[in-house]
Amino acid sequence: MNADAPRPLVECRGLAKHYGEGEARVDALKAVDLDLWPGEVVGLLGPSGSGKTTLLNLIGCIVEPSAGTLHLDGETVWQGKWLRPDLRRLRLEKIGFIFQFHNLLPFLDVSENVALVLDMAGRPKAEALTRARELLDYLEVGHRRTAKPSSLSGGEAQRVAIARALANRPRIILADEPTAALDGERAGIVMDLLRKVAVEQSATVVVVTHDEKIWDRFDRIFALRDGRIVTQDTPRRRP
Amino acid sequence: MNLALRDIRHHLGRFLMTALGLGLLLGVVLSMIGIYRGLVADALALVRTPAAEVWVVETGTRGPFAEGSRIPGDTRESIARLTGVTETGSMTFQSLEASHRERKLRLQVVGWEPGRLGGPPAIAEGRGLARSRFEIVADIKTGLALGERIDLGGDTFTVVGTTRGAVSSGGDPVVWMALRDSQVLQFRLSPAPARREAARGPVAAGAPDTINAVVARVAPGASVEAVVEAARRWKHLAAMSQDEQETILTRSVVEKARQQIGLFTTVLLVVSTVIIALIIYTMTMDKIREIATLKLIGAPDGRIVGLIVQQALALGLIGFTVGASLITSVKDLFPRRVVMLPEDAASLGLVVVIVCLVASGLGVRLALRVDPATALGG
Repeated sequence: MNADAPRPLVECRGLAKHYGEGEARVDALKAVDLDLWPGEVVGLLGPSGSGKTTLLNLIGCIVEPSAGTLHLDGETVWQGKWLRPDLRRLRLEKIGFIFQFHNLLPFLDVSENVALVLDMAGRPKAEALTRARELLDYLEVGHRRTAKPSSLSGGEAQRVAIARALANRPRIILADEPTAALDGERAGIVMDLLRKVAVEQSATVVVVTHDEKIWDRFDRIFALRDGRIVTQDTPRRRP
Repeated sequence: MNLALRDIRHHLGRFLMTALGLGLLLGVVLSMIGIYRGLVADALALVRTPAAEVWVVETGTRGPFAEGSRIPGDTRESIARLTGVTETGSMTFQSLEASHRERKLRLQVVGWEPGRLGGPPAIAEGRGLARSRFEIVADIKTGLALGERIDLGGDTFTVVGTTRGAVSSGGDPVVWMALRDSQVLQFRLSPAPARREAARGPVAAGAPDTINAVVARVAPGASVEAVVEAARRWKHLAAMSQDEQETILTRSVVEKARQQIGLFTTVLLVVSTVIIALIIYTMTMDKIREIATLKLIGAPDGRIVGLIVQQALALGLIGFTVGASLITSVKDLFPRRVVMLPEDAASLGLVVVIVCLVASGLGVRLALRVDPATALGG
């Protein structure tokens, strides 16, 4: 393989997940092959139980695959077993998570929520707070940096959650229903932000969504049903 | 970034209320220890007052505190003649209840010969006994004031001096009076039995010359054991050193109370442990989603364990401080002495730290089992 050839940031080969055994076995995801590239914003669609959240959890190294291989940012992470013992460190360094309900820590203010990720990565406090301030200004919530999450609007909270996900400059950003609680305009703003990050940081953004109003914001859309990718659409051309 | 501190600040009111409740519980634990210490201090207060080195009592007894003891009044002279003895004193001890100013007054009456061993400790107010009869020195806890008169056993006594902190092992305040007065109070028969005794034959007028104990001091360099042994062998009396007398009091007289309080204190500590564990567990349950989020974004276990353990320790130490401050400020309101020793407080503080660490184990176990995927759910 040519070392200079571009490689996907996320490579799934025959990735599967089942729960239980025998008659009780439930196949949540069946042998999925997937390549996600730098700068790409992709959507995972499908009805409840189709396997999209399972796929997100597998890529995020939150649950253990049952079969297949998983490569993240050129590193083989799973191949019959976890090849990295420190999965939380892997998540801290390479993956940013954005949640449907923001999941900001209520006892930290906005700035501390963002700086926490850098603090856990061992960065000096001053550096962490500076980076947090930059990100919050960039996402236009800098004026709320001393506020507690409970006082934020839905849109502000989601932008803070995005700032936290971006704090450590991850190359893989996983978002679970990030626009579910937002109106159309704000949902569009959030998707534009994610696209900007994907392009500027050469990152891959994976979004699980039911939200039809943002379907045109994806480079590719994967529709899942019964644990399989059944269709792949390209509403936008990859840049 | 200290997550525990920030979480405490976020829920400050609830946290402080919880710490206050725990503080009250730990205050009860500390007060039980103080009551126990007070019990021992009270038990030893009277026996230490004469600053004696040898106690001589009725043979076959462990008097005068653990058992009754009656010996002839002239025992003091024979003990004074033993080699090595420098000072002696005859003493009587009697508990009584007197009616005074329309209330019942429980007193420990001590009789001694003024000028000899066995008198009151430092006089807080007034003076010692100057007249041979009908004067008393009373502890301040009796409520008797200088110059006040009180009827005891048919005679009227005047308070000429007061002391502080002199109580019996039962917590009754001590009154000192001249030996003759105390013998009359303790041994004088009421009129009817006195007439009956008189009909049987000639008797000494008034009360017999009987005492409860003789106390003695020995010369520097002389052996206390030798004096004790000599009193036992040659005088046919029971004798013991000051240490033996104190051991009898703490091991026999207050032993059951000590065990009772010790057991109750242990039960309270166990209850405190369970309560702290439940509080920490509940506090952790309230943070399941935050803990899952922390795990998901990459927080190491140490950070999460630190959050729980630091909160547990903060809760325990604040509670301990509240409890210790509370008991220190109200201990003098207790009817009996509550002794707060720094080493007891330090020991309980250490126990609280250990209890918090043990109790937080339940919360830590729960936190470490939280699935990070929980953060993704609605």
